[in-house]
Amino acid sequence: MRDLSGQNHYLSAVRATPFYEKQKAVDLVNTWHRWQGYTVPDVLDNVTVEYFAIRNSASVFDITPMSKYRIKGPDALAFMNRLLPRDMTKLRVGRVGYTVWCDDEGMVIDDGTVFRVAEDEYWLCAQERQLEVLKRNAIGFQIEYAEITDEVAALSFQGPVTCKILKNAGFAGIETMKMFDLRFFDFPDGEIMISRSGYTGDLGYEVWVQNDQAEAIWDTLFEAGKHYDIRAIGGDALEIARVEAGLIAAHVEFSPANETVRPGHAKSPYELGLGWLVKLDKGVVFNGRRALMKEKKNGSRHRFVKLDVEGNKTACNAYLFDKKHGKQIGHVSSTAWAPTAKKNIALGFVDMPHGEIGTEVWAEIYYMKELKWNTRWAKCTVMKDAAWNPPRKTLTPPADF
Amino acid sequence: MKKYDVIVVGAGHNGLTNGAFLAKAGLDVLVIEKNDYIGGATVSRNLHKDWKYSNCSYVCSLFRPEIYRDLNLAKHGLQVVTYNGGFTLTEGGDYLGSYNDHERMRREIYRHSPVDVDAYDRFGTEMAKWCRFIRPMLLRTPPDPTSFKFRDLDELAFLAKKFGELGSKDLHDFMRFFTISVADYLDQFFTSDLVKAHKAGSGIIGTGLGPMSPGSAYVMLHHYMGDVDGSMGAWGFARGGMGSIATALCGAFQEYGGELRTGSGVDKILVTNGRVRGVVLENGDEIQADRVVSNLDAKRTFLQILDPKDAGEKVVKAAKRFKIRGSSGKLNIALNGVPEFPALPKGSRLIHGDFHIVDNMEAYERAYDDWKDGRFSKNPYIDALIPTLTDPTMAPEGKHFMSVFVQYCPPSVNGREWTDELVKEFGDNVIDHIAKYSPNFKDLIEHVEVRTPREIENEAGLTQGNIFHGELTLDQLMFNRPFPGYAQYRGPVNGMYMCGSSTHPGGGVMAAPGANAAREILMDMKLSTTVPEDASDD
Repeated sequence: MRDLSGQNHYLSAVRATPFYEKQKAVDLVNTWHRWQGYTVPDVLDNVTVEYFAIRNSASVFDITPMSKYRIKGPDALAFMNRLLPRDMTKLRVGRVGYTVWCDDEGMVIDDGTVFRVAEDEYWLCAQERQLEVLKRNAIGFQIEYAEITDEVAALSFQGPVTCKILKNAGFAGIETMKMFDLRFFDFPDGEIMISRSGYTGDLGYEVWVQNDQAEAIWDTLFEAGKHYDIRAIGGDALEIARVEAGLIAAHVEFSPANETVRPGHAKSPYELGLGWLVKLDKGVVFNGRRALMKEKKNGSRHRFVKLDVEGNKTACNAYLFDKKHGKQIGHVSSTAWAPTAKKNIALGFVDMPHGEIGTEVWAEIYYMKELKWNTRWAKCTVMKDAAWNPPRKTLTPPADF
Repeated sequence: MKKYDVIVVGAGHNGLTNGAFLAKAGLDVLVIEKNDYIGGATVSRNLHKDWKYSNCSYVCSLFRPEIYRDLNLAKHGLQVVTYNGGFTLTEGGDYLGSYNDHERMRREIYRHSPVDVDAYDRFGTEMAKWCRFIRPMLLRTPPDPTSFKFRDLDELAFLAKKFGELGSKDLHDFMRFFTISVADYLDQFFTSDLVKAHKAGSGIIGTGLGPMSPGSAYVMLHHYMGDVDGSMGAWGFARGGMGSIATALCGAFQEYGGELRTGSGVDKILVTNGRVRGVVLENGDEIQADRVVSNLDAKRTFLQILDPKDAGEKVVKAAKRFKIRGSSGKLNIALNGVPEFPALPKGSRLIHGDFHIVDNMEAYERAYDDWKDGRFSKNPYIDALIPTLTDPTMAPEGKHFMSVFVQYCPPSVNGREWTDELVKEFGDNVIDHIAKYSPNFKDLIEHVEVRTPREIENEAGLTQGNIFHGELTLDQLMFNRPFPGYAQYRGPVNGMYMCGSSTHPGGGVMAAPGANAAREILMDMKLSTTVPEDASDD
């Protein structure tokens, strides 16, 4: 692609990631979408085939557009502990933690992963841009922060054969990495970081490299996986895996508090089923604590539910009811037919106190067949776990496949 | 002699809107215009060869979509075309572009100030909150907070509910917002002076306030709360110039049976025994009517066409105190081609939008200092557009019309009346200023119409040339507009009404005052309303 740096960005509304040429080379369908200013594929070949690469072999997905920040300095831990509701003293060097962060009203600004790469250094990887959030919260802390989104290229490498392929590629000791470990490995032109993390609820890794190492790491993975069905995938396949794994997405399950205009439309961690991330008694003040303490005491407005939906019609954009033709109590936010779990699933929200695990709610589903709309009522059972949560996700060392 | 149900004084966009809704209700309505052409400041004029100038107002965003739709203005020839982006030129030879596309806008701010990128979204979110709050007020009559009438209490309850929804943090921010300066407001978001300067212009357009004067933040919101086709804050060109809006409104008015009379203005409103009975024109003609609606600003209405004996001492004093300071000028230019701006990269289409000169906050304040001292700004803020890059109808092929709005320009120069020499000096200063950024600009100029407050007042009838019919400060907004006790469109004598931008919700080509006044008149006549309700999107 053309040089779009500086003023030249006016030439194109989107930027190419360092993996652009590699993806373009295997792109058969030419359907791309915009992700935080970059162009990325929806599909490269076939959604179903790409989805099964995630669950059956190995999938390679370009996550370069994710917002990435480096936070460094003597107060790095104190700063992260102030920003995040998790107890960050528990996150050791070499570990990764999933987290949310809130505004003063206890509403979720965004979620993401924190990488503790050194005693005094963290990387923050977020769905939305967070540079100003860091700036505003850095007051009084001895830290430096920088956006590294455009400097770090990243691949999400997910699937049951990924550990085996990384071993083939010569990343010695990769099999000893536990879920949410991070480690640095030698690679031509400099160390690269690999973390055992992902957005698929399966065995998988994320690989973080400098831009000029991007094509080399791509080639390394595909060469090491050539005897398996390793595939580059687009966002559509990942979306199915994400819903199957019961994971939330910004602008789908929650409206980022910083960007929410309408009163009451943002959500708290409790309302997103993420109360386990909130450590009210961790001994230090963190953003939103007062509001979250109040919510803990007085109760939340909504409950996040993972639903097993009867029948095979996905409950796209459906309202949820307490019973068939009953009172409306919530709505569905994401849906999928789960090809591995072999379930019709939905994620959504119901008003408290509805939606306890094992209880039933009802969805009124509209679906179209050959341009004719039909409606159907479906009983939905609130699941305890995600539809797909295999032991191999956390098993260490992982099996070869 | 014929007696009308209603006479509307002035065929500005609000007078025509008012007349259209009244005629639609079946009333016999006459709109009287002093000029030979209609539109007031919503006008397209042919002053040079085949060029059409939008020679007062020049872009459209605030016009209420409910009115557009209800009066079927599309059928009457109105088309508003959104334009994309714009740019602010810097003294150092760079520019800050604006893009309607969110990601492109982010990239552009990132180029100048990375940390301001997220601030830009935060700013947008907060402005959207205030827009969402204020937009439903536009097509409503402000409640009288001292009244115990059922309707006023009902409207006050509506307001209270809206406040209640905001929550405590937003409420605090909102209260501050209405009293704060645009400079202080932007400081809450941005670090880059250029980004601030880029946003600050809409806080001073048309107002006798500087960017550091309290109250100017609201002026910015006033420019944000409009939309084109639901895209909030977007602006568009009326195809054929702003006069197309007046023409379309007049088309609707006449289709409903309204009569228009141009060429002689109203000299006096005739009042007998505290009740309106018609008007007398400048040419001496007397026309009878049960009701008279003034589209003129508050000063002209209460100090010129209404006899002070009829208006009463309180109203006369309030009208005298009404703040309506002239602060803007305008150049309308016929060009032989598209001016080049070397700061812009080749092939950039940003020139299709609005462009500005003033790249730091202090420069704005200095421009304001000149105005306070009674001079036009040496380095003025310029809001310029070339509509003919988008609109094929306003200039010959390959030629262009450029509209240059200039802030600040005083109503008199060093206490002296404007003279033709001074007007030329003002115009030349602006042209020289633009030429610093565009080397071929002067060579392209074929004709210039220079408008200082003098010309604007004399032609469009805006006192002191104030484009908003009075300052948009909190003491002159909502139930204080134009002044307390007279915010519900009724004058001090029976049968007299106001429908111009001196009334709620104020200036801009919005048509809301005209529509709101029509609703009040129909209510007094116990007729069912023809005025659409607010249809805000949520």
